[in-house]
Amino acid sequence: MKNRRIAGLTAALAVGALALSACSSNGSGSGDETTPAAEGGSTGIVTAWGGEPQNPLIPTNTNETSGGKILDLIFAGLVYYDAKGAPHNEVADSITSDDNTVWTIKLKDGQKFSDGTPVHAENFVKAWNFGATTHPDVPQQLSNYFFNIFEGYDETTVCADDACTEFAEPKATEMSGLKIVDDLTFTATLTSPQSDFPLRLGYSAYYPLPDSAFDDMDAFGENPVGNGPYVLDEWTHNIEAKLSPNPEYQGDRKAQNGGVDIKFYTELEPAYNDLLSGQLDVLDTVPDSAFGTFESDLGDRAINQPAAIFQSFTIPARLPHFGDDEEGHLRRQAISMAIDREQITDVIFQGTRTPASDFTSPVIDGWSDSIPGSEVLKFDPDKAKELWAQADAISPWDGTFAIAYNADGGHQGWVEAVTNSIKNTLGIDAEGKSYPDFATFRTDVTNRTITTAFRTGWQADYPSLYNFLGPIYGTGAGSNDGDYSSPIVDKLLEEGLRADSVDAANAKFQEAQEQLFKDLPAIPLWYSNATGGYSEAVSNVEFGWNSVPLHYLITKQG
Amino acid sequence: MPDAAANDIPTEDVPEGAAVGVRAGQAHFFADLDQSPVLGAVDAPDESSAPSSLWRDAWVQMRGRVLFWVSAAIILLVVLVALFPGVFSQTDPRFCDLSRSVGGPEAGHWFGFDRQGCDVYARVIFGARASVTVGVLTTLGVSVFGVIIGSLAGYYGKWFDAILSRITDIFFAIPLLLAAILVASVFSESRTTFLIAGVLAVFGWPQIARITRGAVMSVKNNEFVTAAQALGLSRSGILLRHIIPNAIAPVIATATVALGTFIVVEATLSFLGVGLPPSTVSWGGDISRAQAVIRTSPQLLLYPGAALGLTVLGFIMMGDVVRDALDPKARTR
Amino acid sequence: MAWYAGRRLLQMIPVFLGATLLIYAMVFLLPGDPIAALGGERGLPPAVAEQLRAQYHLDQPFLVQYGIYLRNLLTGDFGMSFSRRPVADLLAAAFPTTVKLAAMTLVIESVAGIGVGLWAGIRKGGIFDSTFLVISLVLIAVPIFVIGFAGQVLFGVKLGWVPATVGSNVSFRTLILPAIVLASASFAYILRLTRTTVAENRTADHVRTATAKGLSTGRVMRVHVLRNSLIPVVTFIGTDVGALLGGAVVTEGIFNIPGVGNLLYSAITRHEAPTIVSVTTFLVIVYLISNLIVDLLYAVLDPRIRYA
Repeated sequence: MKNRRIAGLTAALAVGALALSACSSNGSGSGDETTPAAEGGSTGIVTAWGGEPQNPLIPTNTNETSGGKILDLIFAGLVYYDAKGAPHNEVADSITSDDNTVWTIKLKDGQKFSDGTPVHAENFVKAWNFGATTHPDVPQQLSNYFFNIFEGYDETTVCADDACTEFAEPKATEMSGLKIVDDLTFTATLTSPQSDFPLRLGYSAYYPLPDSAFDDMDAFGENPVGNGPYVLDEWTHNIEAKLSPNPEYQGDRKAQNGGVDIKFYTELEPAYNDLLSGQLDVLDTVPDSAFGTFESDLGDRAINQPAAIFQSFTIPARLPHFGDDEEGHLRRQAISMAIDREQITDVIFQGTRTPASDFTSPVIDGWSDSIPGSEVLKFDPDKAKELWAQADAISPWDGTFAIAYNADGGHQGWVEAVTNSIKNTLGIDAEGKSYPDFATFRTDVTNRTITTAFRTGWQADYPSLYNFLGPIYGTGAGSNDGDYSSPIVDKLLEEGLRADSVDAANAKFQEAQEQLFKDLPAIPLWYSNATGGYSEAVSNVEFGWNSVPLHYLITKQG
Repeated sequence: MPDAAANDIPTEDVPEGAAVGVRAGQAHFFADLDQSPVLGAVDAPDESSAPSSLWRDAWVQMRGRVLFWVSAAIILLVVLVALFPGVFSQTDPRFCDLSRSVGGPEAGHWFGFDRQGCDVYARVIFGARASVTVGVLTTLGVSVFGVIIGSLAGYYGKWFDAILSRITDIFFAIPLLLAAILVASVFSESRTTFLIAGVLAVFGWPQIARITRGAVMSVKNNEFVTAAQALGLSRSGILLRHIIPNAIAPVIATATVALGTFIVVEATLSFLGVGLPPSTVSWGGDISRAQAVIRTSPQLLLYPGAALGLTVLGFIMMGDVVRDALDPKARTR
Repeated sequence: MAWYAGRRLLQMIPVFLGATLLIYAMVFLLPGDPIAALGGERGLPPAVAEQLRAQYHLDQPFLVQYGIYLRNLLTGDFGMSFSRRPVADLLAAAFPTTVKLAAMTLVIESVAGIGVGLWAGIRKGGIFDSTFLVISLVLIAVPIFVIGFAGQVLFGVKLGWVPATVGSNVSFRTLILPAIVLASASFAYILRLTRTTVAENRTADHVRTATAKGLSTGRVMRVHVLRNSLIPVVTFIGTDVGALLGGAVVTEGIFNIPGVGNLLYSAITRHEAPTIVSVTTFLVIVYLISNLIVDLLYAVLDPRIRYA
């Protein structure tokens, strides 16, 4: 763990960014280190970096960060995450269960949407049922799969055939697992025990919706009404979204400024120049060209801390010489050991990435840098050559090792550095293979027509180890693009979910990673840091676990 | 212009080669009679000898100029480097050692190292082939095709012009980026310099075509054209021998500038991932790579940029000299 | 001439059909599946991808898709973007900004290019001519993303003379720097074109005659040299109008200008046929009109050119 410089404001952040305090999953207490100073709010309007949301602002239909950033400010969920990713009750008064399967959720009284209507249990249940229901002729809500943990989901989203290439009419529009007890209480029954259930509930898919939303969801998506710390005043498409504090909001995330103007950018370079010239107050990501300079440009206003983003490249087992056998394992280990991650993160990324030591992220509770088997992530040219020679003895190598990437994502620099490192160490041909855009790249990955290794990255939806493992390495999982399948890993993940405490669960997840290190379905590279900065006009800037600034905390003199 | 209709009728209705009378309403007789190309046409009615003498005269004119030899030397150098890069550098441009990233010049590595730790001098030398090929081939393709379409449209006019010009308009409007992405995706395995030059040429010719058409329309009303028609020269002969040489100046001026922009456009396409594959060494690719470190190591832009600038300079000067030499007015004096 | 212009306007119909068909076909032929990208790294379940394909008619054969697009177009419906927004709204929001930027750029590049080109053509081979040869070489050899970036850092950040980016604040003050950057490339072309034709026309017989007649140098230059030299220059500027209104992808990106270039670029990378075809169709019309204007200007610049 080097180059982890935290231009933090609080000591708590500096400690917390690395070692998450083991917060209980039912964390109903207020994390006192991060509770904002409720007094002393400012009146200035903070200008913040953002992008045009790709979809209308409907919580269950938003699966990307630009829309998520706005939703997180205008909605409040049952829990919210503090800067360290620990959940704290927001709308919920308590979330409890005896068996990790049937959960009872009680809401705080007197909470309102910005249109004045109360936030009741019904608002959650109706919103979740809306997200979980799929009609065959209306495209499914993009966050639909977040509801597949509830009992009755298989009646609201029904596949027409076994392979699920089409949907049939839903048998019900309400999940049987959700029951309203009274205005402020409801129960959720899960199909299997989930120890991390409360941890999920801060994700935008689980936000409540006001009654008015169901009258006309399209109109609501343009002018959403929420219960969060801010209200969306104006959304000028492709230009900006203006937010002002929500007077009805009573939770912990009370706005400490006079409002937030989220300015939309398509490129990072102009955003950074705006930050330097004082036209932008907060930037979440600095461009590649500023990696080497942003900390000297901004001084203690620079932010560079680990984030819940994991980067790797996947080698599908169907590639010749890389099968799930002895030769394949040897070659994967050799490739992994041939990459000088320290040097690449130092030189190409100028310390804005942290070399990976597992398959998750250091900001997640339970992360460890010493999982048995993680030695394959150390640069060891001699060992790499030796392993490669052993593999050659089984079946001689010929051809070029290529890593595919989409050229519109700024990946060329590191792909070239990685392939050069492999080439120079193993003495084989290695190069990057560029796809013009994400759509073309993704098509080849999805259709399994890609004939090379390819870059993969994962940003957590909610701060849990499982979120980095289950969706990617579970057999048949939605993002298992390498078609990896290991009964051992599947079993350990399953056991982890059933565990009765987060610690016990994490132990299982770590065990699953031991197997991943043997098989190396993907070669871990590094964790992306949250690299950002802020202008002289603002203070109290803290970045959250998901590398988005906690906008509500920022103060600016008006 | 109510009387306009009268003008095009003769050329439209009269069979090729037939004599056409001097048009009514034309009053641009500025030239002295002995300066007029009409005399040349009278002296040299033999169709085969006139073009060769045009080029022979041009050669005589050009070789006496310093500018010609300077530009020829630059172009020769660039072409030699493109053909035989191994003579100019023995370093492997694809060997990159990250520990030397953005290292300064040292013995054997005159220009230092780029971000990946590759030798910049070697990359400039080995990048010449791809870049010069793209630049020259595209310019040739664009010029030949653009001049043919443009001169036909400008000279024959009427429906011929309407159809050719509207096709030109359609090609104009197709975004190059869309075409490049399409081609890059379809031929993702085989994006060669020839393919990229082809794409740039297919979507680059309309500009030259428009400029040629405008110049031809302006030239075709000149007295010497009318005179040549009166002397019974065929229409294609007039177009080739009299109109195009007189209309070529703006084409040369545009094409020589375009040569450089095509090389830079290749850089932009590479930057967007739809140009040459990243494993091909080219100036354009290196210019776009340098962007990632523009704040800290702007010198990395300098070397491929200067090589590109020098090449364009050579062609622009050569274009100037050739134009002067081809200019009939400059010659007869 | 009105008859000629009318005929030209009628020609727009087949061009319009041809262009939309061609561009639609190109987008259709793009190998990537636009829907595949909508799920991000996570990807979409096959059934959902199927639903979305149906929503955007992407499951239909090419001619049916094109037919649906044309039919909707007749009712003024330009289609929907993948962000579920009417393309007409996107166009209406982006075009005014791009038009402002294009107008400023055209003025800058024409005035500077013709002015310098005229002077360089008159003093061919002199210091002035050589200096601007070198300057235009630099402008050609340095890609626009470098010029734009350097300008932004220098004038926007270091000196603070103008705002670094445009964003929501579209005004003369914010657009002037992007306009200069955008004009720089075409400036080199206009300069070279003007210089070359001026140099050629200066030796033309009618100019020497006019000089011999005792006309003042200024008048000779204005009336006889410049006017006759302008045809290729005007042609170039005409083609540039369309290119500028098509939006400058790179410049708009650098200066965060919410214009057509940004719209078109993101639509192309998303393979969003309705947006791409609508924007480019608009461009075809812009080209047709600007070329018509250029053709009519020919007759003004050179009275011998007439249209029937």
